[in-house]
Amino acid sequence: MIFLSNLVNGISLGSIYAIIALGYTMVYGIAKMLNFAHGDVIMVGAYIAFCALQYWNLPPVLALIVAMLVCTALGITIEGLAYRPLRQAASLAVLITAIGMSYLLQNLALLIWGPNPKSFPATTMMALPTFSLFGGKLNISGVTLVAILANIVIMLVLTTFISRTKVGKAMRCVSEDRGAAELMGINVNRTISTTFAIGSALAAVAGILLCSAYPTLMPTTGSMPGIKAFTAAVFGGIGSIPGAMIGGILLGVIEILGKAYISTELGDAIVFAVLIIVLLFRPTGLLGKPIREKV
Amino acid sequence: MSEKVRRRSDTRMVPVPSHSIVPERDVNDIPVLETRHLGIQFGGLKAVDDFNLTIGRTEIAGLIGPNGAGKTTVFNLLTKVYEPTSGAVLFDGQDLKGMNIVQASKLGLARTFQNIRLFDKMTVEENVRIGLHNQIKYDMFSGVLRLPRYWSQEKKQHARALELLHIFNMENLADEEAGSLPYGAQRRLEIIRALATNPKLLLLDEPAAGMNPRETEELMETIARIRDEFQIAILLIEHDMSLVMGVCEGICVLNFGRVIAKGTADEIQANPAVIEAYLGKARSAAGKEAQA
Amino acid sequence: MNAKKKKLIYNSVTFGIVILAFVLCNVFYKDMSRSLRGQLIPITCWIVMAVSLNLVVGISGELSLGHAGFMSIGAFSGIVVSGWLLNGFQVENETLRLVIAIVVGGVMAGIFGVLIGIPVLRLRGDYLAIVTLAFGEIIRNVLNCVYASVDGQKLVLGFINPNLPGKLLLNGPNGAVSVGKIATFTAGFVLIILSLIVVLNLVNSRTGRAIMATRDNRIAAESVGINVTKYKMIAFVTAAVLAGMAGALYGLNYSTLIPGKFKFDQSINVLVFVVLGGIGNTLGAIISATVLTMLPELLREFADYRMLVYAVVLILVMIFTNNPTVRAIAESIFAPVKKLFQGKKNAAPQGAQGGVGK
Repeated sequence: MIFLSNLVNGISLGSIYAIIALGYTMVYGIAKMLNFAHGDVIMVGAYIAFCALQYWNLPPVLALIVAMLVCTALGITIEGLAYRPLRQAASLAVLITAIGMSYLLQNLALLIWGPNPKSFPATTMMALPTFSLFGGKLNISGVTLVAILANIVIMLVLTTFISRTKVGKAMRCVSEDRGAAELMGINVNRTISTTFAIGSALAAVAGILLCSAYPTLMPTTGSMPGIKAFTAAVFGGIGSIPGAMIGGILLGVIEILGKAYISTELGDAIVFAVLIIVLLFRPTGLLGKPIREKV
Repeated sequence: MSEKVRRRSDTRMVPVPSHSIVPERDVNDIPVLETRHLGIQFGGLKAVDDFNLTIGRTEIAGLIGPNGAGKTTVFNLLTKVYEPTSGAVLFDGQDLKGMNIVQASKLGLARTFQNIRLFDKMTVEENVRIGLHNQIKYDMFSGVLRLPRYWSQEKKQHARALELLHIFNMENLADEEAGSLPYGAQRRLEIIRALATNPKLLLLDEPAAGMNPRETEELMETIARIRDEFQIAILLIEHDMSLVMGVCEGICVLNFGRVIAKGTADEIQANPAVIEAYLGKARSAAGKEAQA
Repeated sequence: MNAKKKKLIYNSVTFGIVILAFVLCNVFYKDMSRSLRGQLIPITCWIVMAVSLNLVVGISGELSLGHAGFMSIGAFSGIVVSGWLLNGFQVENETLRLVIAIVVGGVMAGIFGVLIGIPVLRLRGDYLAIVTLAFGEIIRNVLNCVYASVDGQKLVLGFINPNLPGKLLLNGPNGAVSVGKIATFTAGFVLIILSLIVVLNLVNSRTGRAIMATRDNRIAAESVGINVTKYKMIAFVTAAVLAGMAGALYGLNYSTLIPGKFKFDQSINVLVFVVLGGIGNTLGAIISATVLTMLPELLREFADYRMLVYAVVLILVMIFTNNPTVRAIAESIFAPVKKLFQGKKNAAPQGAQGGVGK
């Protein structure tokens, strides 16, 4: 029963990772860059929701919407100001810019909200009961279920969006061959902006879910989950949307089970070790396509 | 130039067991290369199928065929970029099965690339020196600590690099950045780099591509001279028929991954299957010259 | 001016600047503020880190995001060895202890470099980068669980087990306690010179050319008989050894040190030194490591804003050096200035953004 409870918690944490990983994987797939600042967009989303609930006394749904809107705007701004001028630049230069952006967001948050951890009003955000199954032997909190449900819904909507809509098709084109897409009349810049917008809106959702489950909010809150979600995206095969989902959930489950059954201290090490082992056998992740260099 | 270019008419070709031909002078030696039923399959596509070729120790052979016939794939199979899915490659009598590119190179297989692969940011001389990597050796510690061995070997390497560059009269370009050279010079440098590895068989993938007729003419002479001086075999892929017909002793024609003809230049030019592959069925033989 | 002569001048300038800086620091030591003095040894450590990471990122062309991991291995093994020598064998000579600690730190980091390099170097590009990041985090996580103590002459190691006999040297997540501060600025200087000799001589040798060949064109390098994995490994392990040595020096400069000090941000910081210095440009890496390490000190008055300024500067520098339009504008502005200097200093080493383009 404890195992089952750990498993559910793992899937829930994994769902949050999966939602964050989506942001990484979409941006990577389309703009071919590692957006290290993504983890910090999560943190901003959580702070905005915190302010909406605590200071502006908005209802939870509005808080969610405000956070998503702010993050969307933030994502588009970051892309337009910092990444767009570097579209043709070496990938290392873009990576360093993303790192600079990550520092910028963290330190802005530090200035605005201060260094002391804020306690996220998790119960206000999600006033949900804890579900008891098997006569109280298995307790599942509301947040856990919401995270899993949110992940499923997001995944369904996103997959449909990418495969059915015109914008989605444009995204796939740009991801496959940017030059050819441009020649076909697809507005590459707008498509990349849209990708950042979607990824950042999802980051806001992830931030709220994360802080509802682990209600300590600091300027560095996003960085570790960000890195783990990035790991999850690579794990599943970066650029692949189902890969992000599978990678995220597996990573969450491994982390929780590893901490519970192997060693609490080595939880993170186990997560990263599994990533390394997977990449050794599948060098481009679980669902990644093998790369073959043409000679 | 020491010796006049050997014309195809100077050479007598004789049949060898695997239904191929080599020049008469090479017939008593083990062929430098022999492929037996070589093939590779990508998914459902047989890119190369039942490819048999024998090359004599000092032969200049040509591999021609329409675009997409599988010529470069053959090169990739020979140099172990790909592992064949069927058949065998015997190099100098040794089966290359399971070897990698580096091992093949160390045995004496060198190549150039269709899309030039130089070390662009390095100088011309450095490119050649990298080709000499396995010829002139000293270990890392001699290099870092600048031991006497470093100086003597570096000197030797420098001298050898210039010697090789002299083949195409490129010594004066030694300090230029390789990427800044004109296209033709880049192709020539790639040949020199391949020669630096001291090969027994040199594979040239479209060496004349992007060269003007005069450059091609020079290249043709140089290819023959390289063979004479280094006493090696050369297999080249080329679309420029004047070069192929002018310098190659034996020619192998590939279409849709299969060998459709083998023989001397005259035989190939007269072969109906070759004409059909290049021009289609209905065309007259007169159009052949234009295509060439 | 030919390429060889240029290289010679560049190398001489690099060594010259380092030696000059060392002499000046010694001459003006008394005039320095306390905080600046305290920064001298860390600066030398970060310079060695940047020079060694440059070997991986600039020369062998692989993005490593876990370089601080090797530094921490060097730091903690150096601390343990130094403490063991002092408490177990009563070796009072600080220089001797420091030298042994640095050597051991380098060797340990080198061993881990090999162990990590074997799986890592099978991967390519971004996958390789993420795995180095993962290894850096694993190292930190595992070091959080390591305990060590000296019992008599014996060194006792414990894993997730804090109950060790004798004098405690490593205390898990609380790190090293009561370390003897034996690091010296001279040792740091010697280490920089050593790393420069290794890296600059390596680049101009058969081994170095092979490493650069694997970076510029993997398939061409293989086709001339260069074993790509072997040469990538040489670069990776050499860099790890240097990082381990720098780590040992760094660790022995503080009385306490926790594994959390070597988080992945530190690896990123070193990467920033390398990129801002111009990828593949050793002198650039030295200068940017020095300036950026001192920056927080220089921006002391803006305490609250300094990291913010740093972030903005980082982004702007990247845009200015990499955006074609901005670069063209900047060049047209600086063209007259350049003309003025031309002829006077024609051997100026290339500035930011030299080297590899990938």
